[in-house]
Amino acid sequence: MSHARTQKLTRIILKAATVVILLLLLLSEILFSSITLFFKSMITVIFTYPYGVIYNNLMFFLFGLRGKIGGLTLTILVAAVSLLLAFIAGIIFGLMRNSRRWWLSYPAIGYIELVRSVPLILVIFWFCFFPPGLSETLKSVGRVYYGIFALIAFTGAYIAEIVRAGILSVSKGQMEASRSSGLTHTQAMIYIILPQALKNMIPSLVNQFVSLIKDTSLLWFVGVMEFTSTIFATSNREVNTTVTMGLYFFAAVVYFLVCYPLTASSRKLEKKLGVGER
Amino acid sequence: MIKKARELKVEASILINRYRFIFYPLYFLAIALFIYFVVYKILLVNVLNIEFNYKLNYAIFFTNYIEATRQSYVDLYVLGVITTIKISIISLVVAMSLGTVLAIFRLSNVKVLDIFAKSYIEFIRNTPLLIQIFFWYFGTDPLLPKVFTTWLKAQSNVEFAYGVIALSIYTSAFIAEEIRAGIQSIPKEQMEASRAQGFSFLQAMRLVILPQAIRIVIPPLISQSLNLTKYSSLVMSIGVVELMASSRFLFGGTARIFEALSVTTIIYLSLSLAISFALNQYNKYFLSYTRY
Repeated sequence: MSHARTQKLTRIILKAATVVILLLLLLSEILFSSITLFFKSMITVIFTYPYGVIYNNLMFFLFGLRGKIGGLTLTILVAAVSLLLAFIAGIIFGLMRNSRRWWLSYPAIGYIELVRSVPLILVIFWFCFFPPGLSETLKSVGRVYYGIFALIAFTGAYIAEIVRAGILSVSKGQMEASRSSGLTHTQAMIYIILPQALKNMIPSLVNQFVSLIKDTSLLWFVGVMEFTSTIFATSNREVNTTVTMGLYFFAAVVYFLVCYPLTASSRKLEKKLGVGER
Repeated sequence: MIKKARELKVEASILINRYRFIFYPLYFLAIALFIYFVVYKILLVNVLNIEFNYKLNYAIFFTNYIEATRQSYVDLYVLGVITTIKISIISLVVAMSLGTVLAIFRLSNVKVLDIFAKSYIEFIRNTPLLIQIFFWYFGTDPLLPKVFTTWLKAQSNVEFAYGVIALSIYTSAFIAEEIRAGIQSIPKEQMEASRAQGFSFLQAMRLVILPQAIRIVIPPLISQSLNLTKYSSLVMSIGVVELMASSRFLFGGTARIFEALSVTTIIYLSLSLAISFALNQYNKYFLSYTRY
């Protein structure tokens, strides 16, 4: 390669390099300015935010409308009640799923697979819109009860899978030993297998409770006045978008404060019981 | 006499087992008839005075929902299915890349990145998706520059974009944890051994660690994508016309609830079954010869 040619090449490379460096500078300038703008606007939002909106509506957020249960109380109440009933349903369907009789296991498999492959909104719509359209008596029942039934039907399938996994996690020798020492199958299940399985199931049950608390927010779709709906109603009253942002962030923080201790405790329990290490 | 009865029972059970393709449907028919007559006719109609007069009419799908453009509800459902698949695939891709970056942050030695990723993951995992969707859609205006928001509002598909943002951020937190768990489940000695063999760090990562980690990570990732497809139905709250929204249009406009929801259930069921079929095939061909 001749000397002139290399000079030309180096000049071209230098030009390209300068262009690239300038572009990078421009990009970094845009990035930097946008980041500073973002933080500036965040700081202005934090300092100029009308906190009175949250303070004035706090009772509405926590307890709902006057004379009715609503808000965060309803969220936790619905979650707790449906977890309790879904646990019973889950144990029944989990035992059915594990059964060797086809007429017990097939309906359980069908129910679990159907519910697990369908979004929760669909289940809620099935329960909240289909029965009230059928007759006048069913129309008079409140939407909350249909919502609770939907949550039970949905969570029951997930808990059934948890129960099945818990029973399978107890070693086979336990069942064989209890059968050979004279207990019947049901006796062995109730007194030997289930207590051990329940102990292994506790962390995943707590996780299920967390996801249930999160899932109760979907009752917004059918107009139940739980926490998300109260936030939504308040934000609809306000014109300012800054207020809206603060309200939703507040809602997220409240949900986090409710859910995070449960998640952390379930993780601790998991470590303590050694379930995750198996 | 007793012995004879027992023999008869055994013979009957053998016969039932042999012709089970006839007997099993008969059992189900018997259960259905029992429910229809005892539970419905006697308990509900005669005791509780609840009678259902609901006549199925699936022809409703072929009526037009907009007379001017002659679009039938079938077209609406097709649009809904396409939007559901589109939004899940796009947000899955975005969530995968975000989740990988977060997992690398979690595994890195830099403490600031670790703390950032950890707090991000915990905060996203412990707040409901609906609140997050509302936050991104209704609340991010004052945080972003005005030029950007005005440009965004001029677009035709703003809701779709916000839905993708919310879904991918929500899913990325879950995916990051799965990827981190997958990489951490490979014992440390493997890395040390391959380094001692003379591989460089990247070579060891590429040839030894990652092939094993991917094998562990992919089944939970597929179940996460299943969850994503199900949770994508929530973006109907901000006005994206996906499958759930189109079914809501149908039963909102015509009050044919059973028809709308049954067809939607079947479509969601087939989508999830397709994904779990892929999962099972994967398990069959790739995981069958690995032992841990």
